[in-house]
Amino acid sequence: MLEHANLDTCGSYPQRGRMTASSPRERASHYAHVAFCAAVLVFLIAPILVVVPLSFNAEPYFTFTEGMLRFEPDAYSLRWYASIVEDEAWLRALVNSLGIGVSATVVATVLGTLAALGLASPAMPGRPLVMGLLISPMVTPVIISAAGFFFFYSSLGLAQTHLGLILAHAALGTPFVVITVTATLAGFDVNLTRAAASLGAGPWRTFRRVQLPLIAPGVLSGALFAFATSFDEVVAVLFMGGIDQRTIPRQMWSGIREQISPAILAVATFLIAFALLLMGVVEWLRRRGSQAD
Amino acid sequence: MNAGTNAYVEFEGVHKSYDGETEVVRDLHLSVQEGEFLTLLGPSGSGKTTCLMMLAGFEAPTRGAIRLGGRTIHDVPPRQRDIGMVFQNYALFPHLTVGENLRFPLEVRGMDKAVAAERVRDAMRLVRLEGFEARRPGELSGGQQQRVAIARALVFEPRLVLMDEPLGALDRRLREEMQFEIRRIQRTLGVTVIYVTHDQQEAMVMSDRVAVFNRGRIEQVAAPEVLYEEPERPFVATFIGDNNLLRGEVVDVDGDYCQVDIGEHTITAFLVSPRAVGDTVVLAVRPERIGLADEPGTYGNEFVVPISDVIFLGDHLLVRATMGEQGDFVVKIPNIVGHGAVLPGDRVRIGWTATDCRALVPDED
Repeated sequence: MLEHANLDTCGSYPQRGRMTASSPRERASHYAHVAFCAAVLVFLIAPILVVVPLSFNAEPYFTFTEGMLRFEPDAYSLRWYASIVEDEAWLRALVNSLGIGVSATVVATVLGTLAALGLASPAMPGRPLVMGLLISPMVTPVIISAAGFFFFYSSLGLAQTHLGLILAHAALGTPFVVITVTATLAGFDVNLTRAAASLGAGPWRTFRRVQLPLIAPGVLSGALFAFATSFDEVVAVLFMGGIDQRTIPRQMWSGIREQISPAILAVATFLIAFALLLMGVVEWLRRRGSQAD
Repeated sequence: MNAGTNAYVEFEGVHKSYDGETEVVRDLHLSVQEGEFLTLLGPSGSGKTTCLMMLAGFEAPTRGAIRLGGRTIHDVPPRQRDIGMVFQNYALFPHLTVGENLRFPLEVRGMDKAVAAERVRDAMRLVRLEGFEARRPGELSGGQQQRVAIARALVFEPRLVLMDEPLGALDRRLREEMQFEIRRIQRTLGVTVIYVTHDQQEAMVMSDRVAVFNRGRIEQVAAPEVLYEEPERPFVATFIGDNNLLRGEVVDVDGDYCQVDIGEHTITAFLVSPRAVGDTVVLAVRPERIGLADEPGTYGNEFVVPISDVIFLGDHLLVRATMGEQGDFVVKIPNIVGHGAVLPGDRVRIGWTATDCRALVPDED
């Protein structure tokens, strides 16, 4: 659900406009630039935003009714929200998504943080190779990973189990933790670890009292990315999950294919709100992290 | 450099190489007495910090032995060495308050809270930072952070404290103030300090003894005044204070003195270590030990030389004289003669006594 859109490329150049006397040609290119950026934003955001009003549709349609366009109160309703709250399948999917998401996040965060710490040590041999291997789930097409998980976990008896899905999602989420923690560790002063050792602290105490508090923003934002990865993941669930492992995205998938109901729009709206919340938290952590420096 | 029986810290034949080829520390022998303030002085890359890191346990010697209190410490991890350490960049824990930084080593040792609080207070008083316990390191000035770093390295009462260029980041005034401060603290506590710096003045101000490092070796270990007055190597002669160096060949040896041919002149010099006729030596003469001679026969060594430049520095004049093929020669004259007494282009008689001219074995290249 988290879109990694880099909006920096659409920034305008205020100084440039002020400093040079703008010829008509320059002004034209400036407006073209602004229009282009606006178009990019519209195409990125509009498909997402359009879901929100539609989810309040009083009719079982995926399009705006005439009543909705005239803003008639009767054209809007909360019936689809009611339907998902009442539907046991959606509730089970939510419980599954949260359970699998949280568990996978814990596994990915612990492993990813440890890996980043190890990779930050100059004594670690073959760093680029190990780093590449750890990051590979991010660049491998999910369908390849998912097929791999399916065949491998089937032979271990882990297919169609919660544990299997947790492990698969943890593998997909770990690279995010490795990357964010590695980035935080890049600014970490080795002398702090040495100072802790000279003051008598063992490795565990040094980690808990000195390293972890300082890299916490990286660990937390990595954890959030890992959670988001699991929370909106559908391919691995399609391959690996049985009827008992249906998550929200999986339930939406069936919702679209089997019962065309705006209920999934209500779910989507809920997910958008959730994603915005996560993004807000990540941004807040990033600012806190940069302030600490 | 003998390993005394009561030496507290001992390096014996220590070598260190990171890549297995170039040795950053070569055959190092050094012993430090309990309660001593010893400075490792040398240019960057001379191996002094590596020595400190080996003693702290962050680096392991490639060969040789390091002993602390008579015990070899190679197998002891840094956290069990009980050595206080002050880092160049202070290495204070930025997320902890000053008080928490100081309590850290005490908590590690499981010290009773009331006793720990007492110790922290004492340490803060020692570095004159009472009342700063609740601040974060980021809220303190560089000098204050340095005091906290020193307090933290002392608060658990280690017998040995290592300091790695701790004043490098401070401005000059603050640095001079801190030099006296560190010296005062060290004398008050009687703790052994090994201090690393590349600043010779800093070494002179604080140390009981200074070990001069050059290219992984110790050139000389001695009290500051001895290093200045009696350098044994050309490197030491020029690294500690200024010196004029002249290269020449021994033509005659008479007891402690020798005659050295430097081309145009023959000079009588004090022989620092035994040399035979025909050996090459480097003569070192301090600029302030050279005088202007009004009449011949004032000094043991005298020459009439042309003056190429005169720099007026207020309390003294720096006179550049040309000494034949050996190039420029600097003479420092106290400003008693007055500005304008010596002018470029003059030919003047300069000289020095034989004891002020030391014949040294040349540095190997």
